[in-house]
Amino acid sequence: MRPSLAAFLSGLLFAVGLGLGGMTDPSNVLGFLDVAGDWDFRLAFVMGGAVAVHAALRPLILRRARPLFAPAFPVFSLQRVDARLVGGAALFGVGWGLAGYCPGPALASLGQGGPALLVFVSSMLGGMALARWVAPERGAGDDARGQERPASGAEPRHVSS
Amino acid sequence: MDSSFALPLLGGALIGLSASLLLLAHGRVAGISGVVASLLAPVKGDISWRAQFLGGLLAGGLLLAWSRPGTFALPEPLDGGRVLLLALAGLLVGLGSRLGSGCTSGHGVCGLSRGSPRSLVATLTFMATGILTVFLSRHVF
Repeated sequence: MRPSLAAFLSGLLFAVGLGLGGMTDPSNVLGFLDVAGDWDFRLAFVMGGAVAVHAALRPLILRRARPLFAPAFPVFSLQRVDARLVGGAALFGVGWGLAGYCPGPALASLGQGGPALLVFVSSMLGGMALARWVAPERGAGDDARGQERPASGAEPRHVSS
Repeated sequence: MDSSFALPLLGGALIGLSASLLLLAHGRVAGISGVVASLLAPVKGDISWRAQFLGGLLAGGLLLAWSRPGTFALPEPLDGGRVLLLALAGLLVGLGSRLGSGCTSGHGVCGLSRGSPRSLVATLTFMATGILTVFLSRHVF
């Protein structure tokens, strides 16, 4: 498998999973968050299924010395629960609850959602840029990125299969 | 099993597979906000897998639209209030996901899978404020 195909396939699988799971229809998402109303808790199974599969496969993958196309697996050095983490997550949840879109479903729906999705996605990108401007990250160790372990001098091992 | 739970479970399993594939191939965390945000200020040598993942995400959307119409919300009529709401929601989602170092995928799927306390706190927090927001908008105002 060529490196390019793996990342592309991963993105494709992600979108198909979101769509089959019902995450690309905001009415499902808002129904899931509406615990005081006619609560639709099916979306809990999306996260549950994803966590179950990834939690099972992850240790098997990490038995390898390194990823197929990269020098090292990520190391998560940041352990601190701080105001930035909690405040950011809180703002994120408010936005999620207002429109019913989080980043993955919004991007996967971009071609289908008409002007509403264009408005949402463009202001989402604006918000991401704004975060960089108002509160640049201190040091490495971003959760969603993982800190690169210093490459031990080795070139990424390219494995074809 | 009730079939209405089977599809969300299957969808979730595919997302778990997707995250596993990205970890296996590139050693990366499939956090959508992180993957995309880093394309806004690209670092040399760290662009192609992100662009390809994003391309796959968009292609997956097109594949679904073709094979399963009805997967997405119908395009809605937009008035001024709706535009404002969507713009505010998008801004908060973008800003909050970066300040909080992740979103539903990075914290909710990948972080919980590795048992990260930070991700647990983040997930509980955005669930709580999401629930509160829907409660206020549907049942109070």
